[in-house]
Amino acid sequence: MTTELGPLTPDDVDDVLDDLSEEAPEPTARPLKRIKPREFKTSDIGVLALSGLSSFSIVWILFTQLTLLSGPLGFVVMWLPVFLGLYWFVNRQLFNRQVAVDRLIGSIVTVGAILMMMPLVLLTVFVFQRGLPQLTWHALFSTQQGVVYTPGSHNIGGVKHALIGTIEQVLIAAVIGVPAAVLTAIFINEVGGRFTKSVRTVVTAMSGTPAIVAGVFIYSLWVIPFGYSGFAGALALAIILLPTITRGTEEVLKVVHNDLREASIALAAPEWRTVWSVVLPTARSGLITSILLGIAVAIGETAPLIMTIFGSQVMNSNPFSQPQAALSLLAYKQIKLPIQSQIDLGYTSALVLFIMVFAVFILARLLSSSLSRKGGGKSKRSILSYTRWTPASAMERQDEGPETEFELEMEPLPPDSGERDQR
Amino acid sequence: MAVTATEIKPIKIGDRRSTEDRAFRGLTRAAGLTTFLILVLIGIFLLWQAIPAFRSQGISFFTNTGWQTSGAHPKFGVASALTGTIIISVIALIVAIPVSIACALFINEYAPLKVLGFIPIKNFLTAAVDLMAAVPSIIYGMWGFFVLQPHMTGLSTWLTSYLGFIPFFKDSAVTNTSSLFICGVIVGIMCMPIITSLCREVFSLTPNGEREGAMSLGASRARVIRDVVFPFSKGGMIGSIMLGLGRALGEAIAVAVIISLAFPLQFHILSEGGNSIAALIATQWGSGGSLGTSALLAAGLVLFVLTLIINMVASRIVNKSLADRR
Repeated sequence: MTTELGPLTPDDVDDVLDDLSEEAPEPTARPLKRIKPREFKTSDIGVLALSGLSSFSIVWILFTQLTLLSGPLGFVVMWLPVFLGLYWFVNRQLFNRQVAVDRLIGSIVTVGAILMMMPLVLLTVFVFQRGLPQLTWHALFSTQQGVVYTPGSHNIGGVKHALIGTIEQVLIAAVIGVPAAVLTAIFINEVGGRFTKSVRTVVTAMSGTPAIVAGVFIYSLWVIPFGYSGFAGALALAIILLPTITRGTEEVLKVVHNDLREASIALAAPEWRTVWSVVLPTARSGLITSILLGIAVAIGETAPLIMTIFGSQVMNSNPFSQPQAALSLLAYKQIKLPIQSQIDLGYTSALVLFIMVFAVFILARLLSSSLSRKGGGKSKRSILSYTRWTPASAMERQDEGPETEFELEMEPLPPDSGERDQR
Repeated sequence: MAVTATEIKPIKIGDRRSTEDRAFRGLTRAAGLTTFLILVLIGIFLLWQAIPAFRSQGISFFTNTGWQTSGAHPKFGVASALTGTIIISVIALIVAIPVSIACALFINEYAPLKVLGFIPIKNFLTAAVDLMAAVPSIIYGMWGFFVLQPHMTGLSTWLTSYLGFIPFFKDSAVTNTSSLFICGVIVGIMCMPIITSLCREVFSLTPNGEREGAMSLGASRARVIRDVVFPFSKGGMIGSIMLGLGRALGEAIAVAVIISLAFPLQFHILSEGGNSIAALIATQWGSGGSLGTSALLAAGLVLFVLTLIINMVASRIVNKSLADRR
């Protein structure tokens, strides 16, 4: 059944035109209030500051006056939850639930970031504060040989033997570990085969193996037959380097565009040539970054050195026989000792160690930022994403190929090379 | 100059790889199998060297609490070290998880690209988290022992006196320095960078379509985190926490610096004295004769198996959640 519509009269047309010509009326009925939880006005800063202040006072009265809490750390631990609760409550009263929850989460997250940074800042201050006064040329270039530690004496000896030991051990570890790691990564990513999946699982498992287990393994494998030596320490460090660098290199190789590989194969380059002249040069800076980061971790490793290099107070520059010293091990041994000048040597050693790790880290970081700049100025990726399990890199590989120039250094094929493959 | 067809012959592609390529493949495959071999060798060698310890104690190696490896009647076991390791790791995770997830969310969701127009806070935080992961554990240990511990004792005292009715917080020793609690906090700080950087990667994989959809429906940032980011990242978060747990279980030096080694079972986390497998190996190395060394290697084997299981499960969870995502 349909309603009959009469013929359109001129009056109807006028009505419609009048309606159209009128301005759309302002909606007078209850206007929708926009919720802007992110909006942060000057008055909100006041709310934040006052919540902080009043929670501080509450905690001060409750915990230092009534229940005798001592120590600034305990105070901060108590202050944070009270502050967060109060801040939520005030925003709840002033605005609505949604705004209050959003601000609460926002402040929890910000507090988390600050808490995260605190140890790093305090740690750096601590290492420099305790280590810097003793860090002289003498302390860098002398050993502990013949130094007698007596209470009140300021002669702390030096860290030269440990410095030489660390450098030698890490270099040997790198010489052994880096090629093995890069080849393993090439195996996983470029060559492939039946074992790819299990090798990747094994590398993941190895990267989670405690460093001290690597130490006791090298002890039973190498130290029992051949005795303590710097080389044994280097072997243990190589085991720690291997999975770290393999994971990193694998992630870097994944980013290399497949077009490049295909272009190289289309030019009839053999497989090793494709990897050597195309894939590795393209991934160059990421490769160096992951290698350097693995080395930075190895420099600071202490636990496996206890049962491999044993430690020594005198200079031993031969890494293949007799116990050697290392910076991390020296720091560990010295700070457990009773006399202040002995502990001071531990601080010096820790400072030198920290500076070494920091220098290698900064180098790695600079290289990775030059990589990401080439890739089109995207925000920097965490360097850890080169060394550990990274879902993001796997997902990104389609669209984040770094633009790198590479040269395919191949001689033009002689005309009769067609027979080459018919052997 | 015209190129005639006779000058360029198409290259015939053989079905066999050249000798160099086969050598290359063989080399990389050997490298891959070496890692496999190392892992197997670790297990075999530790087991082989640990046989004297296992033969001496039998199954009670897992239930004994003392560490008497010399003398006519050696009696030792990893019971207290194992429980200590687990307690330290649990405390570490309780400390690390909230801070790490909050920091990862801050870097990913909240941090502006530049603060005050010139400080690149996002990149700065990412770099700082990476640096924290590279700081040697001995430095964490020293800092924990000399700086954090004096500040923590106040909190420990307060917890014992007001929450002492909870069994874990009871104080059974004279002092509350060098306790499992302080070790747990330091190890937690050491786990934070790993969990943060992995969680950040996981959060950044949240599909933008869903995120924008939620925002266009009027969701606040907190709601986006709760209803979009977390559900998508659940598996990855669990996996990264377990990888952090792996590091916590195996931390030796920081614990060895702080703890005062005690062999009875210790459940009072605030009291002085405790034990952990890795710290036990680090501190007892070289004492106790050949049986002592064998016992430490047996403890190392226990630690190795424990972390291997945890890491295998973690990587399986992570891979599964990634496979679901794709």
